Amino acid sequence: MNTASQVVTGSLPPLASRASAFDVERVRRDFAILHQKINGKPLVYLDNAATAQKPESVLRTVDKYYREYNSNIHRGVHYLSERATQAYEQARQAAQRFINAGDPSEVIFVRGTTEAINLVAQTYGRKHIGAGDEIIISAMEHHSGIVPWQIVCQEKGAKLCVIPINDQGEILLEEYERLLGPKTKFVSLVHVSNVLGTINPVREVVEMAHRRGIPVMLDGAQAAPHVKVDVRGLDCDFYAFSSHKLYGPTGEGVLYGKAKLLEAMPPYQGGGDMISSVTFEKTTYNKLPHKFEAGTPNIAGAIGLGAAIQYLNEFDWQQVEAHERDILNYATERVARVPGVRLIGTAREKTAVLSFVMEGIHPHDIGTILDQEGIAVRTGHHCAQPLMQRFAIPATARASFGLYNTRTDVDALVAGLHKVLEVFQ
Amino acid sequence: MSDLRELYQEIILEHSKQPRNYRALAAANHKAEGYNPLCGDHFTVYLNLEGDTIRDVSFEGSGCAISKASASMMTQALKGKSRADAEKLFEKFHKLVTGHAESNGTEALGKLAAFSGVSEFPVRVKCATLAWHTLQAALKDQQEPVSTE
Repeated sequence: MNTASQVVTGSLPPLASRASAFDVERVRRDFAILHQKINGKPLVYLDNAATAQKPESVLRTVDKYYREYNSNIHRGVHYLSERATQAYEQARQAAQRFINAGDPSEVIFVRGTTEAINLVAQTYGRKHIGAGDEIIISAMEHHSGIVPWQIVCQEKGAKLCVIPINDQGEILLEEYERLLGPKTKFVSLVHVSNVLGTINPVREVVEMAHRRGIPVMLDGAQAAPHVKVDVRGLDCDFYAFSSHKLYGPTGEGVLYGKAKLLEAMPPYQGGGDMISSVTFEKTTYNKLPHKFEAGTPNIAGAIGLGAAIQYLNEFDWQQVEAHERDILNYATERVARVPGVRLIGTAREKTAVLSFVMEGIHPHDIGTILDQEGIAVRTGHHCAQPLMQRFAIPATARASFGLYNTRTDVDALVAGLHKVLEVFQ
Repeated sequence: MSDLRELYQEIILEHSKQPRNYRALAAANHKAEGYNPLCGDHFTVYLNLEGDTIRDVSFEGSGCAISKASASMMTQALKGKSRADAEKLFEKFHKLVTGHAESNGTEALGKLAAFSGVSEFPVRVKCATLAWHTLQAALKDQQEPVSTE
């Protein structure tokens, strides 16, 4: 059934505006989880690049859906189904506006960024990439930006080309220019690196590919929570982000694609909701975006994502960016001064990620000792093993910040690192 | 801090900084690789087995303090031991780090008893046992790298 467009007529109510100054203490009150003790110490949550915490409004929205109008969407004529459908489609509109897409039909709900990249690789990729063709990615890709394309390359006999990076963790545009050639069929890279925090010059990357008619996909998992995303401004062909890194529920994400490309792509999965009509002889696929949303979707997840976007919309984005920049700069300066610390990722354009290693101390030991101090950081290869090889390290410790982190959190991190030194002296 | 001191005992830190038997073994007739890709811990264990007796054992590679010290102290404990004794020692060590040690079971472990603090850190059990699983793989001449993740 194709009732979505009929149901979605309303627009979101006007959003209450927050006080003009960014008040981090007030923000922290929205996140109950932050106010607890771990190992007897106040929690300092610095693992936002892995997943962000959820504000009260998101939790309430998801809870309300299950308590008050849980129902399947796009098919019921009954009240609850209409209400659920409306909330689901309003979340799509919220996502559309959040990334400045031209139309809600260009916003496809998926499980997350990983599924979005796989969707594009398996549909656009398998259709348009053939033997001897080349796909360009970057040296700082998450495994989810490598493996889906390797699968296509293996199947089609295509080649994966990698844009190298410098020691600061910036891609080399002149090397990229050299890689772009007649065999290049697709470019896929991270908008922001999950390990280095580098904000890639994606507008230039897109422009350079478009001059040769090559489409570009941007992985915005680490970008969407920290920088204003404008898919039409960037003119990228595909863009993906995850709800759970954006203060929304897990298991939900968005794939943006230009309508023209999405329409020409074969479906990703077959099933209910993605069809207009089915006979045993022939199936007609549903129109966008439903063509790519087979089966009952993560309704609560989408509605929760809508609430997370609404929450973020209440802030002045420039203030959020300024706050996070302040925390990052403060952390960079203070952590770099801890004896034996080497920062991994020192690009000029960076966002809220601080990766580092310590002389003679394995990141895993750093993580354990910080945890005893109530400080949550990520240690390991961060699903970016080729990047670890690039820097000749097995792993890093990574502190990553969100809009609720404070300079006090950074002070706790630095004190924790001194404790690490004390243990290992 | 007390749990941390339990975990990172002086002897463990000392072995992690100056691991013993840290070299490739020219006379090795058995070897195996242990790799925990999520942590990045990566070791090779070399064995010189004469009949049923471990004549020599060594290791090389990189990892966290716990995994490296565990490998180092394991090699010290195993020299001259029989296969069966090595298996028994591992069983006792495993019980120790997973918090299932019998009250009279730690004596036989000697210096290895220093790893008792690991039981308070369940996510670190995989670090403490990587070298031991690699040893088992070497005894069995297993080709595939082993992992404790």
